[in-house]
Amino acid sequence: MVKVRIINGNEAAALGAKLSGVQVVAAYPITPQSKIPETLAKYVESGELKAEFIRVESEHSALTVCISASTVGARVFTATAANGLAYMHEQLHWAAGARLPIVMALANRGLGAPWTIFNDMQDSIAQRDTGWMQVYCRDNQEIIDSIIMGYKISEQIHVPMMVCFDGFVLSHTVMPVELPDQERVDAFLPAYKPHLQVDGPEPLNINPVMLAEPRADARGVACPSYMGFRMRLQKTLEGAEDVILQVGREFGDLFGRHYGYLLWEYRTDGADTILLTMGSLANEASLAADQLREKGYKAGVVALRVFRPFPAEALRKALSQVENLIVFDKNISYGYEGATCTETKAALFDSGLRPVITNFIVGLGGKSVSPADLQSAALAALQQKGRINGPQWLGVAV
Amino acid sequence: MNTTVMQLPEEEYILPGTRACSGCGLSLAYRYILKALGDKAILTIPASCLTVLHGLYPSTSVRLTNINTAFATTAASATGIVAALKALGKTDYTVVGIAGDGGTFDIGIQALSAAAERNTDFLYICYDNEGYMNTGTQRSSATPMGAHTTTTPTTKIEHKKDMLAIMEAHGIPYVASASPAYPLDLFDKVKEARTIQGTRFIQVNIPCAPGWGFPTEDLIKLGKMAVDTAMWVLYEVKAGSFRLTGRSRSIARRGQNKPVGQYLKLQERFRQMTPEQTDHLQTWVDQRWERFLQRHQVSD
Repeated sequence: MVKVRIINGNEAAALGAKLSGVQVVAAYPITPQSKIPETLAKYVESGELKAEFIRVESEHSALTVCISASTVGARVFTATAANGLAYMHEQLHWAAGARLPIVMALANRGLGAPWTIFNDMQDSIAQRDTGWMQVYCRDNQEIIDSIIMGYKISEQIHVPMMVCFDGFVLSHTVMPVELPDQERVDAFLPAYKPHLQVDGPEPLNINPVMLAEPRADARGVACPSYMGFRMRLQKTLEGAEDVILQVGREFGDLFGRHYGYLLWEYRTDGADTILLTMGSLANEASLAADQLREKGYKAGVVALRVFRPFPAEALRKALSQVENLIVFDKNISYGYEGATCTETKAALFDSGLRPVITNFIVGLGGKSVSPADLQSAALAALQQKGRINGPQWLGVAV
Repeated sequence: MNTTVMQLPEEEYILPGTRACSGCGLSLAYRYILKALGDKAILTIPASCLTVLHGLYPSTSVRLTNINTAFATTAASATGIVAALKALGKTDYTVVGIAGDGGTFDIGIQALSAAAERNTDFLYICYDNEGYMNTGTQRSSATPMGAHTTTTPTTKIEHKKDMLAIMEAHGIPYVASASPAYPLDLFDKVKEARTIQGTRFIQVNIPCAPGWGFPTEDLIKLGKMAVDTAMWVLYEVKAGSFRLTGRSRSIARRGQNKPVGQYLKLQERFRQMTPEQTDHLQTWVDQRWERFLQRHQVSD
């Protein structure tokens, strides 16, 4: 029998970690994700989860604890948001460079200064070049499922993953979530096998100083240079899409919810106008598309479920018939435009696809975005037909 | 414990041909630290001189597993290793974080303080060469007053931070100071620390020939003179109980400290000190020594 619970996104994240059998958890309080470590602390202290819970003094240490614990061979978990993620920046690079399968829950929140506790995606988008995979959830079900799948994907390719979901919008909103059965999760997700053995017969010097050129080991075998390791990380991420799709399909076979896709699509059949977005905004965008359809526009929605690796090929396919592409970004690369807009343009360039692209910056610092807002933005973009220069700030008068 | 030279383990954990400087105090201290630790230890080391000593990929000069970690993170990294070993049921390892004074007094103090407050079960060794020697002799908060560094070209004005007192204030079960000039005292302290549960902190004074400006053959002379002048004092605080050890203990019993000038004149870094600065430093050292004597008598 399928167990359904009415829970918020933070509880879904904590349950995802618990079901994944994490062995070391280290996290630090920051709104709006604090409920995740709180919930896990309760699981650990009540004995429901057999894990070490480390109450660190900072996010920098939270991720460091995860890095070293993962190196030793434990399945590890952390969660954070906004400035906490920014504070982890150094260690995000370290975790990916060390090829550790860490899964992190991220409740997306805007960055200070000035302070906001509310939602946007500036925090995770600003970390896109750290070597982590990033997936974005539309609802709480996707949070719990993505964390369980996250371990399977990460441990297969030794690349960490950020499971991102909108702060407050999902973290504090309850909705029905199907709880995957523990036995099935155990069958789906085998025990973590680290790629190094710190207690093996040979002593190791893990992540030492590298030189720019390859050097030979004691047996005379040429070992990779720093750049060689960087290339391996990139090559792995280039091949990660297949693993993500495969694991998504396997998950679907076992649990009935299929994730064999990198892009979530809604009414894209025959659509010449696409609203492109990420995360929970896909829900508002689909209502906006319905309204546009009612008005006679052939509108649909594409939401990036996976942002790193960037699903360029899937986008080219999904957008091959599209004349108008309207990109809604909850982030901005200051001095240019929204990051998903830039990356989508780059993906289309190679294929020669040239839809009219309009970029809207929306919802920064929790500014509400309704389906009606998205619809009127789309209508404005369609009327202007490419005569809009630069990103538009939706609904911001002052 | 009073280990004699004859009782030292013959096992060597540092292979010949390290990348440390000639006359490196750290190499010498590290040799005895690793002998005291034995095989069942996992190390974690931040960016520092010790990273250099461990060698360049794909070869290493040290026969123990080391997890390199980012500069600020030694104690958090050790915490992660401890947590994972516990979670995996591998309980027979001593986890050891080893960082320089920059990595301990400055950038690493937050993570270290937090781990000590949690009394995480690991040994933390600070090798204190009184500055950022690996990056070219910049000032740290461990640099003594009066020293020239590349970022205090007209000498450092402030006194050295008392990291040992800070660590003791955390109420951890073991705090000790040591010197490579007294390797048996150092060996015994590491061995002692190994047997204790919780956060243990040992700070080792590391004379640094290129950073301090003395001939490489004078390493031991420098280490001994630091103790003879009470610029460096050998002691341990075990479960809250203080005692001077080794040479410092002997000086306390009979004899007196040499004037700090005898230590200062051996080193290029103190060349610019004025007589007033030297007097000021002497007063600071004397007052500190007096406090140690009082604590020693109370406990003796």
